[in-house]
Amino acid sequence: MRLQWEPAQDAHVLLYPEGMIKLNVSAGEIMKRCDGQRTIADITADLERTFAATDLADDVSAFVSMAVAKQWLEIGP
Amino acid sequence: MNATADVVAEAAATRADISRPGPPLWLLFELTYKCPLHCVFCYNPVDLARTGAELATEDWIRVLREARALGAVQLGLSGGEPLVRDDLELIVAEAHTLGFYSNLITSGVGLTESRLQALKRAGLDHIQLSFQDSTREMNDFLSSTRTFELKSKVAKLIKQYDYPMVLNVVLHRLNIDHVEEILSMAEQLGADYVELANTQYYGWASANRDRLLPSRGQLRRAEEATQRFREKVGQRIRVFFVVPDYFERRPKPCMNGLGSIFLTITPDGTALPCHAARMLPGINFPSVRTASVASVWYDSPGFNHFRGDSWMKEPCRSCPEKTKDFGGCRCQAYMLTGDAANADPVCDLSPHHYLVTDAVARADGLRPIEEKPLLFRDHR
Repeated sequence: MRLQWEPAQDAHVLLYPEGMIKLNVSAGEIMKRCDGQRTIADITADLERTFAATDLADDVSAFVSMAVAKQWLEIGP
Repeated sequence: MNATADVVAEAAATRADISRPGPPLWLLFELTYKCPLHCVFCYNPVDLARTGAELATEDWIRVLREARALGAVQLGLSGGEPLVRDDLELIVAEAHTLGFYSNLITSGVGLTESRLQALKRAGLDHIQLSFQDSTREMNDFLSSTRTFELKSKVAKLIKQYDYPMVLNVVLHRLNIDHVEEILSMAEQLGADYVELANTQYYGWASANRDRLLPSRGQLRRAEEATQRFREKVGQRIRVFFVVPDYFERRPKPCMNGLGSIFLTITPDGTALPCHAARMLPGINFPSVRTASVASVWYDSPGFNHFRGDSWMKEPCRSCPEKTKDFGGCRCQAYMLTGDAANADPVCDLSPHHYLVTDAVARADGLRPIEEKPLLFRDHR
């Protein structure tokens, strides 16, 4: 599974064997911060800072759970 | 490729404006028609020996660059057997540099450890390995070669080099009863994805259709076996079961509409909106030898011919489902009815639907099948 920015689609996409998923803006911003180092709390704080928003924790958690269920992400040890 | 089409279609469906085509997101290079196998279900054209000279390395590289600039992102490297080309590693390396996700679609014949190392170094993302069956006898019979042991070795190599592995098995009347064994073989080989793709009847497969089409009973048992396997392995192995469209009542949204996502380049450089489209009469498909990828995709009459719905006839033209299935497959419409603008006869609204149900009735043993020998793919 590979995440990359595609200018032609103006979106982040997930690439995997013979397939592609186009991410919306929020999904792209969350996914690109999932680097295997940062915690969900770190990512939430970064997003709130970057987009001058508050209370994103539930949205981020919900997305990450969905992404794990879809095997876009793995939760590290 | 079928599972792929669904996912890519999902992405494409988010494009609001259908009047201006989006980019050719999926690029398929049929690098060569040469192949050590002689599969009875191959979709390559039966007159493949009459094709022109193959593109040179620098042509393939130029097409990669131009297509990537337009937005192409998935690259399929297929054939024939792509490993026959000794410049495969160069093409993969360029694709990797450009940001493609590259998929090698191979029989495994020619995939030695040193070539696999070189492909890994070049940045190949993924390998799809085909098997013809779970048993040596049937695999070797269906491909008219002795390749089963070799494929098993290649499968182990693929895992050893840490590739995700899609095992692809084309199903038909002669092997569909072995689905349980095929899946258990896939598990033993460490497959991450298994595509059980029922034969689509183009090229050599079309010539052999009545010998390859399974009966309804065979199909039902195969689906049940697949479901049992899915319940056993859970998320560990993802199994795609692609039903043969002859058993459906609505056609597949073939290629998500011609000229919407897929761009195939054949060995001689002909650009096609699907692998089989060269058969369509009266349409002149352009060549990347003489035209840029942008002009092929956006401007050529061949690619614009089946865009939109002005080409459609009834019952498609006034059908509310035309935006969903685009009237089905143009090649199938042409092969079965003689007119590529007709509805795909898979659709039960088509006046030609009986052509499909008659074939299924023959497969079910309700009507006699004309006795003729299997035609093995050959380079003559």
